[in-house]
Parts: sequence; C-alpha cells; structure tokens
Amino acid sequence: MVKWVEGTGLEEDVVVSTRIRIARNLTNYRFPQKMDIKEADKLTQEVLNVMKDLSDDVNYKFLKINSLTPVERVAYIEEHLISPGLLQKSDYSSFLLKDNENITIMINEEDHLRVQVLFPGLNFEEGWKLISKMDDFLESSLDYAYHDRYGYLTACPTNVGTGLRASAMVHIPSLTLTGHVDNLIRGFSKIGLTVRGLYGEGTEAIGDLYQISNQMTLGENEEEIIRKLKSVIYQIINRERDVRNNLLEKRKNEIEDKIFRSLGTLRYARKMSSKEAMKHLSNVRLGKEMGIINDVDYKKIANLMIEIQPASIQRYASKELTEEKRDIIRANYIREKI
Amino acid sequence: MLCQMCNKNQATVHYTKIINGKVEELHLCEDCAMNNSEFGFDTTFSFHKLLTDLIDNFQEGVPKKQVSNIECPFCGLNYSEFRKTGKFGCAQCYETFEPNLNPLFRGIHGHDEHTGKVPRRANAAVATKREIEKLKRKLDELVAKEAFEEAAKVRDRIKELEKKFNGNEE
Repeated sequence: MVKWVEGTGLEEDVVVSTRIRIARNLTNYRFPQKMDIKEADKLTQEVLNVMKDLSDDVNYKFLKINSLTPVERVAYIEEHLISPGLLQKSDYSSFLLKDNENITIMINEEDHLRVQVLFPGLNFEEGWKLISKMDDFLESSLDYAYHDRYGYLTACPTNVGTGLRASAMVHIPSLTLTGHVDNLIRGFSKIGLTVRGLYGEGTEAIGDLYQISNQMTLGENEEEIIRKLKSVIYQIINRERDVRNNLLEKRKNEIEDKIFRSLGTLRYARKMSSKEAMKHLSNVRLGKEMGIINDVDYKKIANLMIEIQPASIQRYASKELTEEKRDIIRANYIREKI
Repeated sequence: MLCQMCNKNQATVHYTKIINGKVEELHLCEDCAMNNSEFGFDTTFSFHKLLTDLIDNFQEGVPKKQVSNIECPFCGLNYSEFRKTGKFGCAQCYETFEPNLNPLFRGIHGHDEHTGKVPRRANAAVATKREIEKLKRKLDELVAKEAFEEAAKVRDRIKELEKKFNGNEE
C-alpha cells in the first residue's frame, strides 16, 4: 500500500495527484555537482540538526541513498517519493520522508535541498501551504542562498527565482484516444507549461498519464504560478469529461468492450509486463471514471499503477527477479488485488 | 517513419553519413540515438548548450572575451565551463557571472527579476520594497476605478512604507 495515495483529493476522475517542489541552496557550500564528500556530509548533518527541532508529533524517516539496495532506490522513484536525480551521486545524497509520505526533503540532489509535497487528486492550496511552512521552518535555521534580484539561487538557471515546480498528474485517456492531446501539448508550451511522462523530465507517457507543470520560475510569484497552472488543469478536466461523454454517446459498445476486456485480462492473465498492465489499468480506470465499472476504486488503481512497476514488484518479492519471473508475479499480484 | 533499430518508436533523429562518396542514412528514435555511440548524441548536453547559447544570442555588441576567463572565487567554476554544462557551481557564481545573466534569464523565463517569496530572515527591506510595488499596482487599479477614498488610504500606506524603506537603506 502506498501511503500518500490514501488521502482525499478533488477531481479524482481526472487528476491522479498533485506535486509541488521547491529548490533551495545554502550559502557557504558549493552546489552538489561541485562539492566533495566531506562538504556533502557536513551539509547533511546541518540539515539533520535543524530537523531535530521539529515538533515531536511529526516523524521523519532518514534514508541515505547508498544504504538502499538498487531495487529499493528505484522503488522510491516509482512511488514518486524521490526524483531520479537523487540517485546520481549516491554517496552524497539522502532524504527525509514524513511518515504519511506527503513530504520528502531530498538532500544533495541537483540542489542542496529539494522539498516536495505530494497529494492524491487536485490539491494545490494545501500543497503550497504545507511546503511554504516547511520552507519557513528550514529557513529559520539554515542560511539560504537568496539574491535580491534573482530570488532563490539554484544550480540550474531554469529553476532560479521561486525554485518552484508545481505539477498535476492527469489521466486523460479520452483526449489521448481522440488525438486531442497533441494539440494540448503544443498549446501548453506556448503559455509556459510543460507536459512530461510518468516520472518527470525525459520519461514517456504511459497509462494515459501526463504530468503538467510550470516551466518558468522567475518573474511570477508562487501564487500566480499555481493559479495559472490550476486554471489550465481545470480546462483539461472539463475537456476530458466532455470527450468522455461524447464517446459514451457515440461509441458506447466499442468503449465498453475495451474496458471489460482489460478488466478480464487483469483478472485472469498469468503473465504480464508492466507496460501491458498499465494499459489495462488505465482502461479500467476509465471504466470507473465513466461509471461503467463500480467495484474498483481510484485508490486501488492508483496503488496498483505503482506497485506493479518493475522495482516495486521485486521489492514485494524481496528479491531480484528476471523479467519473465517478474511478469508472472505481477500477474498473480494483480489477480489477487482486483 | 519508424526507428531502424527498435522498429517501435517514431524516428526523430535523422543522420546522413558520407564517407568517400558513400552515402549512409540512419533514422532513429531518440532512445536508440542516445545509445548509439556513433552519434555522441547527448540530449542533456545539447539542452544546456542551447540555454547558454542564449547568452550570446541576446547579448549583442558585448565582446565575449571580457568574460570568458572569469573564474568564480568560491567554487572555481569558469565561464566556459558554465557555458558547457549550463549549471552554476555555487551561489557565488551568480555574482561572478552577473553581467551575463539577465539576458540568459530573460531567454529562459521571459523575466530577469524575482517577484515571489522572500525569506523572512534574509532581508526585511526586500519584503518592504516588494510590498510597495504591490501597493502601487493596487493604487493604479483603484484610481482607474475612481475609488479615490480607498486609493488615498493605499497612498498613505505607500508613503509610510517608503519612509521605512529609506530609513533601512541609510
């Protein structure tokens, strides 16, 4: 069970999750790409000391990347709890994870600190409130690198200013099926938004899932960035719902057939790749979204879309598996759950 | 056209090799092209190169030589290294390379000035300055709406803050 999926969110028929992250650096340390291991350890210790002052009722787990097995490392990425960039200098990097998994503080990723909040459904308001509070807490004891003109200083010039990347993961099978999604992607880039695949930058879109986020971090304040993104997300939500209704009206048999074939495959297959599983889970999710399937809920599908990924399946089996073995265990796992 | 190597993805990288008049064409998807050593095709690199090229494109008439040898006193990153990787080495780099940054930031973000959150500890003056700018915008709006009574209140608040701000500066 993936903990952060358990909360409640809005517009769950289209929005799977909301994520906000901020990039922060400290003065007096070189950025992670340039620092040596001693500096990295000193910085990590400084952050840990600050975190000790957090009130007692909130628990954070501290994990060093090099203390995790390769499978565990990737499983955290599959759960969206850390970014792939955190694995690049594994001896330098670590993270703090809140017990309900809503907050991760990554240490020595591309920047000294990357704080992220993660919620199911659409929930930018609570997300921004929570991350800003954590930011204030860290800032009260850490010496942030901040410039009067340029704002928060980051290793990459694409993050300077607010250091903020807000994103929503949307499930838009109807817009994908009808080809509207390509137009959307083209339109987004014109208004300063980016569309990415499942695990962020440079990853492909599978399971009709897309991450939509702000591209620019300098010039607009945090509230403006979030407001603009949110209004675009609502346009997508409405478009997707319209097209779903249209499909139900005009191509009902075809759509129902597709959805129930997928449900059947998930319930009876004996071997399945993660790509195939994602395709069927996406169809079943669409079934739920259209009111065609009622005995499977969003949380179950959201959980499965994570738990059936290659590293997560191996973690579940507690050993490294060949691809073929993985496909068998995956099919068994899905049969049990759905 | 499908990628010649994996036959699965759309080919987006087209490569023509001519050696001694012998023409050889390759059409690959991005993934296969990345894994093909012949290309030396590295998207991250190209991306950053693209970014830092912005500096030169936006900066007309400024001789490049002036800055090419600058080295950051804190982390040792020099300007040509920055251009190659597109990443700063430390917070100090922003001071070191400052003459070149505005055009770069405008190219990426369309802006070169932060208007968002200010760390509470960092500088009360920055927060005040930002508050003044915000109120001035509000004042313009109120005047346009002919809400003069409210506008007068906002104007007084601006005066108050400006006094405070100038006091801090001195």
